[in-house]
This record gives sequence, structure tokens and C-alpha cells, in this order.
Amino acid sequence: MPAVKGEGMRGLAVFISDIRNCKSKESEVKRINKELANIRSKFKGDKTLDGYQKKKYVCKLLFIFLLGHDIDFGHMEAVNLLSSNKYTEKQIGYLFISVLVNETSELIQLVTENLKNDLGSRNPININLALHCIANIGSKAMAEALGSEVPKLLVSSDTIDQVKQSSSLCLLRLYRTQPEAIPKGEWQNRVIHLLNDQHMGVVTAASSLIHDLALTATDDYKGAVSLAVSRLSRIVTSSYTDLQDYTYYFVPAPWLAVKLLRLLQLFPPPDDPAVRGRLNECLETILNKAQEPPKSKKVQHSNSKNAVLFEAINLIIHHDSEPNLLVRACNQLGQFLQHRETNLRYLALESMCHLASSEFSREAVKKHLETVVNALKTERDVSVRQRAVDLLYAMCDKSNADEIVGEMLDYLESADYSIREEMVLKVAILSEKFAVDYTWYVDTILNLIRIAGDYVSEEVWYRVIQIVINREDVQGYAAKTVFEALQAPACHENMVKVGGYILGEFGNLIAGDPRSNPLVQFNLLHSKFHLCSPGTRGLLLSTYIKFINLFPEIKPTIQEVLKNDNQLRNADAELQQRAVEYLKLSVISSADILATVLEEMPPFPERESSLLAKLKKKTGEAGGTIDEKEPGKEKKEKKPQQLPTSIEINNVGESSTDEMAAAPPTLSMDLLGLDNTPASQPSVMSLFDTTAAPAAAPMNNTAAAPTNGAIFDVFDPTPAPGDVTSLTPGAEESFKKFICKNNGVLFESELLQIGVKSEFRANLGRLGLFYGNKTSYQFANFSAVVSTPETLQTALKVTTDQVGTVIEAGAQVQQMITIECLREFEETPILHVQFSASAAPEEIESVGSGVRQFINVKVPVMISHFFSGVAMTSDDFFNRWKQLSLPQQEAQKIFQATTSMDTEIDKGKLIGFGLTLLTDVDPNPDNFVGAGIIHTQESQIGCLLRLEPSKNAKMYRLTLRTSKQLVSQRLLELLLTQF
Amino acid sequence: MLQFMLLFSRQGKLRLQKWYVPYQDKLKKKVTRELISTVLTRKPKMCNFLEWRDLKVVYKRYASLYFCCAIEESDNELLTLEIIHRYVELLDKYFGSVCELDIIFNFEKAYFMLDELMIGGEVQETSKKNVLKAIQAQDLLQEDGNLDFVKLPPTGFSEKELLSRKLK
Repeated sequence: MPAVKGEGMRGLAVFISDIRNCKSKESEVKRINKELANIRSKFKGDKTLDGYQKKKYVCKLLFIFLLGHDIDFGHMEAVNLLSSNKYTEKQIGYLFISVLVNETSELIQLVTENLKNDLGSRNPININLALHCIANIGSKAMAEALGSEVPKLLVSSDTIDQVKQSSSLCLLRLYRTQPEAIPKGEWQNRVIHLLNDQHMGVVTAASSLIHDLALTATDDYKGAVSLAVSRLSRIVTSSYTDLQDYTYYFVPAPWLAVKLLRLLQLFPPPDDPAVRGRLNECLETILNKAQEPPKSKKVQHSNSKNAVLFEAINLIIHHDSEPNLLVRACNQLGQFLQHRETNLRYLALESMCHLASSEFSREAVKKHLETVVNALKTERDVSVRQRAVDLLYAMCDKSNADEIVGEMLDYLESADYSIREEMVLKVAILSEKFAVDYTWYVDTILNLIRIAGDYVSEEVWYRVIQIVINREDVQGYAAKTVFEALQAPACHENMVKVGGYILGEFGNLIAGDPRSNPLVQFNLLHSKFHLCSPGTRGLLLSTYIKFINLFPEIKPTIQEVLKNDNQLRNADAELQQRAVEYLKLSVISSADILATVLEEMPPFPERESSLLAKLKKKTGEAGGTIDEKEPGKEKKEKKPQQLPTSIEINNVGESSTDEMAAAPPTLSMDLLGLDNTPASQPSVMSLFDTTAAPAAAPMNNTAAAPTNGAIFDVFDPTPAPGDVTSLTPGAEESFKKFICKNNGVLFESELLQIGVKSEFRANLGRLGLFYGNKTSYQFANFSAVVSTPETLQTALKVTTDQVGTVIEAGAQVQQMITIECLREFEETPILHVQFSASAAPEEIESVGSGVRQFINVKVPVMISHFFSGVAMTSDDFFNRWKQLSLPQQEAQKIFQATTSMDTEIDKGKLIGFGLTLLTDVDPNPDNFVGAGIIHTQESQIGCLLRLEPSKNAKMYRLTLRTSKQLVSQRLLELLLTQF
Repeated sequence: MLQFMLLFSRQGKLRLQKWYVPYQDKLKKKVTRELISTVLTRKPKMCNFLEWRDLKVVYKRYASLYFCCAIEESDNELLTLEIIHRYVELLDKYFGSVCELDIIFNFEKAYFMLDELMIGGEVQETSKKNVLKAIQAQDLLQEDGNLDFVKLPPTGFSEKELLSRKLK
């Protein structure tokens, strides 16, 4: 017999059993509708219901809702119950509210009123009800209305333990929801002392709160470290009887121990040697206990003991400073790798991944290679195998790459579909990263395509081509190997793509062998042509035109193919166009022209592998968030299409040839970048893409050529700027104007105006300076040079055009400055302008005339100019946000607004700053969230931003996270001036 | 922080849901459907953790009932298993050999009990004694004092399996 315990709402129990007796879904719905009608009429009826009845009906509604039906009434009655003076009625009211009322409900105001009353109640049991409700469903509105009440309860000396526990977690909820709504004050200093509280339950609850408070303000809560260490020490050294009911299956206070260990992971190892020693003792004790025989055979005992152990290992890894502990941790995990409990094997694999990245324990981790490989082969649970793959990836280095990549390739043949794509990426990355011999790399990638062609993404095969092009020593081998691979009767389309591209570039290297003479190569490729998708066919057509250049002897054969109606009249416009153009090109151009147009691809500049970016994205995607967005609706990551700028104008004449030489054109776009532009419109887009190697290469050349640019140095013939080197007043302010925009007036006096137009692409920038003579007389001995502070010279390469020494009255002279960003930088180059204003006699009195003028202003170039925005999904954003959680990666400031805080204006500024603003990421629509990548020659620096305006307080909180401390800090400084 | 907890039967019927993050109803339903089917298709010897979207899911079966929690990346999986266990122990102690049916008929009590163990997705009191004391204090406040047990005809067997079977 089921027992209905408690107040025994008989009607409810009868209703529930009625529902359970329904034989079909239809009869259940019928019964429910009948009940809903009944309740509705009761609620609407004239007779006032007593508290018990209201409670019963509200409870029935709740039950109906939990069965999965929608409830659209009864909320008001539930709110009424909140003010009942009977505890159980109040309690049911709160339960209904926390299950069914959402933040946006108009009832929330009434609910908040009731919460406020109950918080002020003398009866702790009512206070607790309110606290529980807030802790469970606390919203921003509640945080604003009640944020000042809860801290008082928490630290008041009259508060009983239970209320302290609830108010800790209630405050935590409000703080997580709306940190600004919690007033600062004395309670912050007192809260860490709760770690010393006598009541273990209070400490347990408070440590969660302190963790989150310290998360964003580690410095303010540094005091928690020694308190947490001493509490932890008392726990781990206590016997299981000491803590009475807080001992769980012979493990003393596992929840609290874990929370303390997590809290300590927010801080660096303690500075105080005594505290540090004590903490290390704790960690050693925990490791020792893992070796002791279990005090109970129950899984609860081992689970809670190991929970503490894993958290201790996390802390050891976080500190990454005690080699002894790291190695012990690794040995312990090694034992778990072979444990009979699947859970432990899973966690050990996961935890070892982190150990693999520490230099102290790396070697120790590598000893377990065999076990991990074995796990990959024998584990029955795919989630465990996934962990094994992750660990193999993490522990791979030059010494074992051969073996690991081999094992992963082996496994790939039978791997679960769900993890294949990720494995392919990992194999591709490892084989590139640790290749000693690039023939091995080429073999590996071709094997990948053979084994798991469907899972080989564009990035992977783009990358192999890029590497082959850049490494002369492997080109012949690659051509030979793809040629052989293409012999297979059924080979994957990706193989055809790689083969087509490589033979088109390097087929000549193997053409001497009669077995792979030009015609054989062509016939082999063309035998696959008809089976391929239009994209691949387009690529093959480009290969054919390259063949005409490489092997004039087969020109007629190829022309026949191009002439074929299948090509010339193909329904696919791209294929048709290629066939027509290539055919014409082969007919009208001389061998020389052809050779120029179809010259070998220039080497690609080395950049971070796009595979890594893809892997990061992939892991994000595989996770996905719990977001309502359908994956299909998500915007493709796509840079806004920009019109060609003068950077490319030089190349426009050649760009059509570039396009052909670079066929398939999409290659030039995606090989290097993170750009995910779909490949559907290749030929048009590549013309506009500056990330393309052909466009970038000439740019580098001109920047380096000394002929038309004068790098400012001691040998520079331009006169030195003179003694007057200090900044002209106002220079700082005008510099700030360029933080969020590229064009404007840099300097203006009665004599001279300096205007700036600038444009930036990746790590390159061009500034046009316009010197306008505002007077009616000539400027003589004019000079304008740029000086770079010494510390900046390794970071920026600045090339300045010379300008004429005379500016006529009313004339404007232009000067170009080219800037290449080599690495991140803080300082600014200085522009030194000097001239003599030789006035006409009648104006001799006017200001400044005849005197040598010195103007020193900052060149408006800053690290943020090398931004390109990145669109990403909410989960990508949060993943990356979390990855950048080290204190030095973040720069944050809360500051008073100096502007009107207009949303649109703020938005404009952030976009001008260079970021892509992401909507639907921050739960608060008033906040701005943005992402971008800073391009320097040395690296690409991802950057995430969050700006939270609080209009009431006229404050902003600005947070920047990047992988480099200096960058976060600098971006923060720059942006601070704009709001 | 624990994001949500779901209790569902072997047949996939949801028995209790507690959300500590404000999802829309539609999303809750979607998540519930997805998780129930994911967990129910897992085999007995598999590990109790799985990566699911950007969360970690920890689940455990007690007799006819699955307890399933979603936690964040930095949370401790093993200890989450023990939160579930402690919750089962508390229910067992309170109802006296708890079975699925008790939770169906006394769902509000199951909620109140959970609130004493954890609120806002964080553990607040791990002492069994203290939680039960708090619940008993609540029961004492029942104004109607009506503690009779409603007698009901027995239904399906599985729902009467004692959750505590695994406990002992």
C-alpha cells in the first residue's frame, strides 16, 4: 500500500490514483480535463475557499503540470497561499511558485512582496521557506528587490545555523544572477570567517558562496586561503568518528573537503610557507589514504573517498609546482586506469589528460601509453573510449607520435561514428605537429582519407596541400604517393581532390617515369571526373589547365575534354565558366603567358593551423549548449564581405590570374584562416579575400622594399625631429578618438590640419595622413617622420613614405604609412612634424608665422586595430570564456560612465573597436558580449569581451579575456576611455 | 553547480524534476526527452557519467527509478553520485523503505526533502540527522494533524520495488 504521509490530502491521493488507473492516454486526458474544469469552477465560484481547499487544488494543478500538461490558471491562488499563516499552505504555495512561475510573470512582483515579508518574519522556518524559494528561482528582479536583505541575515549574530546555511546559498544565487544588486559592505569581510564556523553545515554552504565571490575577485578574498587550508587539514586528519553525522561512509565530510579543495583552486599556491606546508601535508594525507585498505566495501565509501582524491589531484595539477605530488598523483591515476570500476577508469583517463600538460608529470603519464591504448581497444563504453582518445592526444609528443598516431589510425577503422571526425582531426594535427619526416605525414593523411574519407573535413586536406606546397623536400614523394593512391578502383572523393591538386602542381616531378607519364596521370584523374561532385570537378578542371602548362604534349587531349559539351554547356555555371576560360586561355596565350599565369603556388605564410581552431570548435559543437537555438539556424561564421581596399588594388590586375593559379579558389581562402565561408561562390570571393596567400605575399614585399619607403633610423636622410619631442598638447585626446574608428582629424591648429584615413587587414595596416595647409602662405622645410620607441621595434614594423618639403598655401599633401604588426604591443609610434611657415608680408603678424613649428602626435595605431571580429555561438563563447579563466588572462574594471550610456552608441563603439557583437549569448540583453581575433605576425590572439552597463548606478563593468595578459590589459585601457 | 535533477522510471515516465537554471518550459521538455532516452539506452555496466552538450550528466538507477543530474564542467562527478545516494537514503528513512509509488503520491514531500539537502544547485546540509530533523519540524507544523495513510489498490509491480534494495 502506498502511504500518503503528511497532511493527507485525500482528494489529491484519490485523484492521483484515478490518473494511474487510466488505461489509455485519452482517458487520462479526459480525467485531467474534468479535474481542471472542476478546479476552475471552484476558483471562480462565489464561495470563498478555505486555505486547505486552495492548497489541495493548487497541489492538484502542480501534479497535472508535472505530468506534462500545461497549466494556465491557479497562479493567483498559489500566490495567495504565500500569505497564509498556516505553514503547510505557505509551503505548497512556494512549491507551486518555484515550479511554475517564471521570471517574466507579472505575478513576480507579488511573489517578491511575500518573500520580503517572510524574510522579515520572526519565525526562522518562514525565513527559510523564502530563502529556499529565492535560492531556487532567484531572478534579477528579486536580486534587485532583496539583494540587500540577504547579506544581513547571513552575518547577523542572531541568525540560527539553518538560516545561515540557506542564506549563504540564497545569496550565492542572487550574486550569480545579478552581482551588482548585492551591496558591498562589511559582510564581505566577515563572510570568509564562516569557514571557521562550528557548524559543519554552515561551512559547507558558505564555502560554495565564497568560491563564487572569490572567482571574480581573488585578491579581495585571499584571506580565505589560510582558513580553508586549516579547515581542510582538520577534516583530513580527523578520524571518521570525530565528525559524527558529517562522516559519510567512513569518509570525513567529503562534500566540504571537495568544496574547500575547489575553493583553493582559485588561488596560486599559498605564499606563506607554513600554510603551504600544511596544505601539502593535506594533499599527501589524501594521497596516502588512497593506498590504505578500504574501511568499507560499499561503493559509497570508495566513491566519496575518491571524490576527495580527484579534487586533490585537480588542485595539485592547478598548482603545478610540486613535482613529487604530481608524480604521485599520476601513479595513483595509473592504478585507477586498470580498476574494475568503469567510473574510475573514466575519471582517471580524464584527469590524466591534465597531468599530461605538466612538465613534471608528463613523463610519468607517458608510461601508461600501453594501458591507454588498451583501453581504446577494449573498453565497452564509448564515453570511456572517448576519454582514451583525448588522453592519447594529450600525451603525444615526438617520442611516441609514431605509435600513437598508428594506434589511432588502427582504431579509426572500427571507431564509433560519433567520435570519428574528432579523431581524424586529432590524427591530422598530431601527425603534422610531430612529423620528423614529412613523408610520414603525407602517408598518414592519405591513410586517413582512405580509412575515414567521409570524416576528413576540408581543413584537413587543405592543410596537407599547404604543407606539401611549403616543403619542397616532400613534393616529389607526395606526387608519387597520391598517384599510387589514386590507382585504387574506389577511392574517396577527398583523395581525388588532394590528388588533383598535388598532381596539378607537382605532377611534373614524376612524369619522367613512363608508368606515370603525363597522359597516364591525366587519364587516371579523368577516370574519376564523372563520379565527382561539381566542386571537385572544378578543381580537376584547374588541374587540367595546369597540365597544359606543365605538359604541352597532352594539350590537344585536354582541350578535347574542355571542349566537350559536358563541360562547355554544363548546367553548373562555375564549371561552364572554368571550361570556357581555360579553353580560351589555352588557345590564345603563348607558352610564356601560360607559364606566368599558372606558375607554381607561392609558399603559404606559416600561421596557426586552422585544424586546431576547427578542433576547438568541434569540441564545442559536440557539446553544444542547452540552448533553444537549432543548430541549423546558427549563423555561419563568416567575415563580413568587404570591398577591396587599396591593399589589394595593386593586385587587382593580377587577381584573375591568381584566382586561376590558386584553383580551387576556395583553397586560398580557407587554408590559413578561421574563415568558414561556404565554398559555393569560389571565384568571386577569392578576389576579395586578403587572407589569400597571393594577395598577402606582394604586400609583404612592398613593405620590405626600401626603395619607396623610408624606415626611420639613424641613417635616415630626413632631418631629425629636433629637440622638441614632447607631445603636443591635445595629442593624447585626439589619439583616443581613433580607438573606435579609423578615420578622423588627428591634429588641428590654425595653420595645419592632419587628417587620417586608415585601413587594417589581418596584421597589416595602411594609414593615409593628409597634411592640410590652412594658411594662405607656403610651408617650407616641411618634414614628417615617425619614430618608434625602442621597445616597440620588435612589435611593429613601420614604413613611412617621404613627403615633399613644401606645402603650398591651401594645399593638401598625402603621406602613406605602412604598418606590420609582428607581435602585441602597448606603446605608440610618434609622428614628428615640423615646418616653417614663411608668411606673406601682410600676414606677418598672424600667429605662428615665420616660426619653426614642431608638432608631435601619436600615430593612431593600436593593438585593437588588428582585430577581426569573430561570430560564435553561445556555447563556443562560453567554452572559450572558461578556457581563459586564469586570473592573468582577464582584465576587468568597474567604472563610472562618462557618457550617456546609450545602447546604440555603445554598440557602435564596440563594433568600431573591431569586435563582432554576439547576441543571445548573455542572458541579460543589456549586456554586450563580443569576440575577435588580433592578428600579429607571430600569433593570433583570441579575445572575448563583456561589457555590462548598469544604468541605475551609471556604471559599467568591462571584462576582457585573452590569452595574453598584456593584451587584456591594453585593450581594457583603450576601451575604458570610450565609455 | 548542479543544473537540474530528473527522476524517471524505467518506462521513461518523469517522476520528479528540479531545475536550478531558468529554462523555458519548451526547452525543459526537450532536454528531459533527450536525456531520458539517452540514459535508458545505456547498458548496466557502463559508466555513470556522460558528456552531454556542455554539461556532464551523472545518473544512477535505484530499483525502478533513475536519478539523473546535470552538473557543470568543474563539478565532481563521484560526489554527485553520492548526493543522489544521500537523497535516496533520506527518502528511505522518511517514508520507511521508499518505493517509486511513494514518490508519485507524495511528490511534494520529495521536493521539500530535496530543498533541505540542496538549494540553488548546491549542497547545503549533508547530515542525514539534520535534514530529517528539519523535515520533522515541518511535519509538526501540520495544523490539520491528519496523518492517516490513504489505502490504495496495488498497481504495477515495478513501482513498488524498494529503492533501498540497492542500499543494503
